[in-house]
Amino acid sequence: MKKLFLAASLAALMTLPAQAADYVIDTQGAHAFVQFKISHLGYSWLYGRFNTFSGDFSYDAAKLAESKIQLTIDTSSVDSNHAERDKHLRSADFLNVGKHPKATFVSTKVVERDNNNFDLYGNLTLNGVTKEVVIAAEKTGEGKDPWGGYRAGFSGTTTLTLKDFAISMDLGPASVTVQMELSVEGIRK
Amino acid sequence: MWKNDVSRYGLISIVLHWITALAVLGLFAVGFWMVDLTYYSQWYRTAPYWHKSIGILLAITICLRLAWRYFSPPPNAVTTHKRWEKQISSVVQGLLYIGMVTLFISGYLISTEDGRPISVFGWFDVPAAGALFDNQADTAGLVHEYVAYSLIALTLLHGAAALKHHFVDKDNTLRRMFGRKP
Repeated sequence: MKKLFLAASLAALMTLPAQAADYVIDTQGAHAFVQFKISHLGYSWLYGRFNTFSGDFSYDAAKLAESKIQLTIDTSSVDSNHAERDKHLRSADFLNVGKHPKATFVSTKVVERDNNNFDLYGNLTLNGVTKEVVIAAEKTGEGKDPWGGYRAGFSGTTTLTLKDFAISMDLGPASVTVQMELSVEGIRK
Repeated sequence: MWKNDVSRYGLISIVLHWITALAVLGLFAVGFWMVDLTYYSQWYRTAPYWHKSIGILLAITICLRLAWRYFSPPPNAVTTHKRWEKQISSVVQGLLYIGMVTLFISGYLISTEDGRPISVFGWFDVPAAGALFDNQADTAGLVHEYVAYSLIALTLLHGAAALKHHFVDKDNTLRRMFGRKP
């Protein structure tokens, strides 16, 4: 009887959603993306992304407010599918990657809005400037994966003003802000 | 007339020399200016396009020039040149060629990392070799910048030496490059 109870509770534990678990962002399997889009002259969207980054988060569906995330981005990995433009993006006109090779985001608080939506507050350090930003985030899904692990995925967007982060190049009136989009899948540690 | 002989430059060498001089100075000036153009400048797209097009045409010209140098070697040095002058001038001239070739290669590597060809005034495309090593555009860009400054310094030295021969030594070194008899 005791054994049965133990087995049952163990089984129950294994099927329960994670409790304040720590996750590593799945950059290994590239199920995570740090993307951006910026208007070109006001006529079209230019998309780009950072290919190299790492991070982890802790997440508890029941205590969302206690969730945390930190992310480190290798700014030299900027990729807009054009070598000459990427070279320019890495230069002092934009990201200044020689001087500031890393960008970081460290969350400070989470404010729940409804079921799967929340505001993620945190400090973003980009181009040597640290500023508080708010990411409008959404839980995309969570559950067991087919290979014995457990995953949770989130996406979020925020708008950054280039001048706020000392990005000096003037791309015109339609392009003073860039929209960042984060889409991450974490594997429970 | 066309070919060099032991004491005179022929017309082909002279024309190739001055085309090179004009193109090198022009490319440097445009390159120096275009990297700071604002996004809304009329020249933001045109200046790099011309820089690349003229650069490729100069690369072809330099290949022809080196081939011509083989078929029709330059004349002997002016007899009044001192030994050290001859030695330094051949080192500088060698470095000018090496510098130009380095600029052609590094410039090509900046523009072609992502597989895009280089269009020469829309007349023809130079195909891209793609990414040959990590960090290609940035590394090639730094090489391009420093070699360009070095090449201009050497060009000034080369020009100053020619003027020194003309005005101080009063010999025929510079006049020969305009086709005059020694």
